[in-house]
Amino acid sequence: MIDRAQVLHVAKLARLALSEQEVEQMSRELSAVLDHIEKLSELELDGVAPTSHVIDVVNALRPDEPRPSLPRDVALANAPEPLEQGFGVPSPGAS
Amino acid sequence: MSELIELTASQGIERIQDGDVTAAALFEAYRQRAAADAEDLNAFTWVADAAPEQDGAQQAPLAGVPLAVKDLFCTEGVPSQSGSKILEGYRPPYTATAVEKLTHAGATLLGKTNQDEFAMGSSNENSAFGPVKNPWDRERVPGGSSGGSAAAVAAGLAPWALGTDTGGSIRQPAALCGIVGLKPTYGAISRYGMIAFASSLDQAGPFTRDVTDAALLLRHMVGQDPCDSTSLAHPDEIALPQGVDLRGLKLGVPEELTGEGIESGVRETFNATLALAEQLGASVETCSLPHAPHALSAYYLIAPAEASANLARFDGVRYGMRVDADDLLGMYTQTREAGFGAEVKRRIMLGTYALSSGYYDAYYGRAQQVRTKVAEDFRAAFERFDLLVTPTAPSVAFRLGEKVDDPLAMYLNDVCTVPMSLAGIPAISIPNGLSDGLPTGFQLCGPAFSENRLLNAAYVLEQALGFDGSPARG
Repeated sequence: MIDRAQVLHVAKLARLALSEQEVEQMSRELSAVLDHIEKLSELELDGVAPTSHVIDVVNALRPDEPRPSLPRDVALANAPEPLEQGFGVPSPGAS
Repeated sequence: MSELIELTASQGIERIQDGDVTAAALFEAYRQRAAADAEDLNAFTWVADAAPEQDGAQQAPLAGVPLAVKDLFCTEGVPSQSGSKILEGYRPPYTATAVEKLTHAGATLLGKTNQDEFAMGSSNENSAFGPVKNPWDRERVPGGSSGGSAAAVAAGLAPWALGTDTGGSIRQPAALCGIVGLKPTYGAISRYGMIAFASSLDQAGPFTRDVTDAALLLRHMVGQDPCDSTSLAHPDEIALPQGVDLRGLKLGVPEELTGEGIESGVRETFNATLALAEQLGASVETCSLPHAPHALSAYYLIAPAEASANLARFDGVRYGMRVDADDLLGMYTQTREAGFGAEVKRRIMLGTYALSSGYYDAYYGRAQQVRTKVAEDFRAAFERFDLLVTPTAPSVAFRLGEKVDDPLAMYLNDVCTVPMSLAGIPAISIPNGLSDGLPTGFQLCGPAFSENRLLNAAYVLEQALGFDGSPARG
């Protein structure tokens, strides 16, 4: 069960300004999904190594050679607020 | 025109190389159908105005045959939104390696296809561009997340298409639309330029009308890429499939993925094909993947966890839409609230929760341990069997809207496809006849990098099954 307070905490971590209705809905839907997932706790997994990646690649290295990067104007072409050859954002403010 | 649409991609290439047809005529035949949405499917998000100028495409191996590409592949200067409102107006400054390799081999970009937002979904109903319809029944879903690619190929709006598969997003829509879909070994194809969902699972692959086309497209996509450090050189050259029987082939049927939860009509077509495989000389035996019933739970922790990290980049700063606010944090949270759809938010929440302090070990850590067990189960099975086979999806295409309000019911669509994704092994879905007039899929999977073995077996079955996909082409 994931309650309202937990939903609000997680939404804050995830940088989502959920509406009041979404908070209710998330609590209900996430609880249902987590109930199903809860079955994993029945498994005996002591000493089992976790898998974060299936392919055995260790340290994929390449020569450290300079290569051309995107021209500045191209990198900025999709920006909502290009500003002084950078990405413009609102002030971080007091929060 | 309609005669051109009936050619498979390989046949089209042959006709172009023989001088019977020009690449431009073939491209235009498809372009007009795709642009007019001739089959009323909403399969495309963008269609080319004209055949791209590509010097020498007609002489290259793929001869200028048009290719539809899932929206989430970055294509330079061409809209690429991964089905999301948050990437409205985004035109990438570069092209994904998989697409680049195919264009280099002579494929021409026909259009971008509709998909579930950020590839999260099994019905293509979670798209900012609206749902895609199934060409076999327009009141039903095409499957997802690569629903647009599957519907376009099935309906003859494209000869073939690219999709991506994270937990079944190529195989399940291929099954529901009656075409071939292949998820290669993890790492076989570069992920560079694919807008990421879950990086340890995402893999590009082909949608085609037959197995030969799937092999041909795959051949020109594989390879190690310096821009993706998880990509690997394929040990074999991908060959065009061949064979007349399955003599000596040992097929395993995992009991956990073929029993409860599989619709009876789907089980009937599956069992009929098992009998056919035996007639063709294969040995067919039941086997066990003891942890497969837990794969879905592990997947729905691992994939959302990775997604919650990958999607942190969409913050209104560098690309896509922005909602203005007085301060920076407000801009982030309101942009993300307005830009992401319901399912994407749900998964970001689920993933963030699973990774959050106090829950990490119980959820994400545990899911990664289950992933180890799932992969070990497959390794053990492949000591006894050459390939394992299952139905691709537990049901035929369901009705639009039927599962959209029930996330858990929707997630259960992936029950037969997710285990292979967690193990990183290749799997293919081929059309397996109809149940109540709707396509079903037969899935074969093999050990890592066994694509040639997989394609040969799929080819022999395909020839013996003789599935007719033409009713979907209008």
